Amino acid sequence: MEILHEKKLKELEEMANTIRQDIIKMLEQAGSGHSAGPLGMADIFAAFYFYILNHNPKEPNWQGRDRLILSNGHICPVRYAAMARAGYFPVKELKTLRKLGSQLQGHPHRRHLPGVETTSGPLGSGLSQSIGMALAAKLDGRKYRVYCLMSDGEQDCGNTWEAVMFAGKNRLSNITAVIDRNNIQIDGFTEDIMPLEPLRDKYESFGWHVLEVDGHNIEAFIDAINEAKAVFEKPTVIIAHTIPGKGVSFMEFDYLWHGKPPAKEEAKKALNELRTLGGKIKSEHE
Amino acid sequence: MIKLSEKIFKDDIGQEPTRNGYGYGLVAAGEENSNVVVLCADLTESTRSHWFAEKFPERFIEMGIGEQSMAAVAAGLGISGKIPFISSYATFSPGRNWEQIRTTIAYNDSNVKIAGHHSGISVGPDGATHQAIEDIATMRAMPNMTVIVPCDAVEAEKATIAAAKIWGPVYLRFTREKTPVFTDKETPFVPGKAEIFYQSKSLPEVLIIGAGPVLHNALLAARDLEEDGIGVIVLNNHTIKPIDERKIIELAKKTNAVVTVEEHNIIGGLGGAVAEVLANHYPIPMEFVGMQDTFGESGEPEELIKKYGMDAKSIKEAVRKVVKRKK
Ligand SMILES: Cc1ncc(C[n+]2csc(CCOP(=O)(O)OP(=O)(O)O)c2C)c(N)n1
Ligand SMILES: [Mg+2]
Repeated sequence: MEILHEKKLKELEEMANTIRQDIIKMLEQAGSGHSAGPLGMADIFAAFYFYILNHNPKEPNWQGRDRLILSNGHICPVRYAAMARAGYFPVKELKTLRKLGSQLQGHPHRRHLPGVETTSGPLGSGLSQSIGMALAAKLDGRKYRVYCLMSDGEQDCGNTWEAVMFAGKNRLSNITAVIDRNNIQIDGFTEDIMPLEPLRDKYESFGWHVLEVDGHNIEAFIDAINEAKAVFEKPTVIIAHTIPGKGVSFMEFDYLWHGKPPAKEEAKKALNELRTLGGKIKSEHE
Repeated sequence: MIKLSEKIFKDDIGQEPTRNGYGYGLVAAGEENSNVVVLCADLTESTRSHWFAEKFPERFIEMGIGEQSMAAVAAGLGISGKIPFISSYATFSPGRNWEQIRTTIAYNDSNVKIAGHHSGISVGPDGATHQAIEDIATMRAMPNMTVIVPCDAVEAEKATIAAAKIWGPVYLRFTREKTPVFTDKETPFVPGKAEIFYQSKSLPEVLIIGAGPVLHNALLAARDLEEDGIGVIVLNNHTIKPIDERKIIELAKKTNAVVTVEEHNIIGGLGGAVAEVLANHYPIPMEFVGMQDTFGESGEPEELIKKYGMDAKSIKEAVRKVVKRKK
């Protein structure tokens, strides 16, 4: 990993903004899909694909690569945009999202797009699959790390907790889970639908090392990832507090944007807000 | 002939998704019987459970994203005298929670109704993870389970109301997209009783048996085939289990060839059920229209129905093929 200097941080922040613009364009083109989750995770995806991951976009099946598992498959537009920007496939292909014949399925499929580690969409089974990959790494004596991104809605699923228990029991320190703690799911706010708090205590009592960060602070997130690497006796979960719809004022915090795309005018407005963001909010790293 | 919509072959036929029928049916069943309760796993609006939730908030139960728990909680409610309807997408319920349904609902004979939404590939852009093409098979293979696949929103409402009155586990299958409403309030609907929806004037050469919204494609095909000189009967076989054996055998004897049409894998669904009846009682040539044992993909519903061979054109081809196989 290269040193995280000011210039690099600035680059990552700009990449996150580019990814957000890609997301808006893709969703508008597709005419269906999810807006809130992908926008909320753009900073973290920029951090993964442009700093954290040990990977090679030209050789997506390279054995030694770190594994990035997206358990909550519905936010795949953010992954697709980050992958395209990282060089896995041409950026212009982003506009085929959800269309017949596209590599970019509505929910990601590993046979359609090289670099997608596993298929997801149905919630709650990503962590178990990550455990499988982490166990394989141990059996084969490989050093790659397994990162599992989950949503907070997924914490409702029984399968999630079967996996949490297992990873705790087996002290799988090569797994780092990241929870997109954006407080929304489909029917409303998580704490109304199925309260998760105290989430930190739940993971700790299952034998995990728990970190909490602002999911829009790329520097803090990278620090947390580095801390997780240094924990040898436990799996780590990073609870990333994010704002659903981040960057687009009329989408932020609103669970109604979970599963719909921007219409033409909305997309225009959203892109305008994102493009002028640099002027409004001065980056700390300018 | 029974009464169907007058616009059955018109371009301006009314369009509504079958899931709406579920929503209307829940409210009606809830008004009729205070034991009706509805459970949902974080998909209240898209399964159209929200109308019931608004009207009877005390009888609506939000489970969060926990389909396995939802099935087993419903089993407990059913054993305690309630009539629970559990609502989610078919890939998750009865997909993810199949064993809970098997043991706690079916084997227990608990009075639970399972509503599997967004079935088939017409779910469209969401892609294969959300396109249930195995649910009829997995539910049909379960003892004690009744399986109903409504063909339009009106029939879906009737099926939902009827399910509340049937004692025991029932699986109801719904779809997401707007599809033609070709039945009518007066069209008869009796669970377990298949109905003839089309009968050619000329001698019928093939019996088309369908269920679900693709039945409308079978009717379009039937009309064209008759114009081309091939007479057919179209049977709406909404209840896949218990299947209307008597009717199927009676009509099969008239045509000596059968084509089944469903938005489901050709293994284990309606086609499988009909094949079992015919193999037992009256073996004749059969063609299966449906998913040819492959997963779907993202795309627009209409494109997918065409690509995977469930449109009127594909049904006509299947009919011509089965005619050639007749000796
Ligand atoms: C097992 C399962 N049940 C139901 C669904 C339908 N579904 C899709 S997203 C979602 C909830 C979303 O909550 P979260 O993942 O926190 O979403 P976000 O914050 O991105 O809006 C549900 C219930 C699913 N994908 N998988
Ligand atoms: Mg969420």
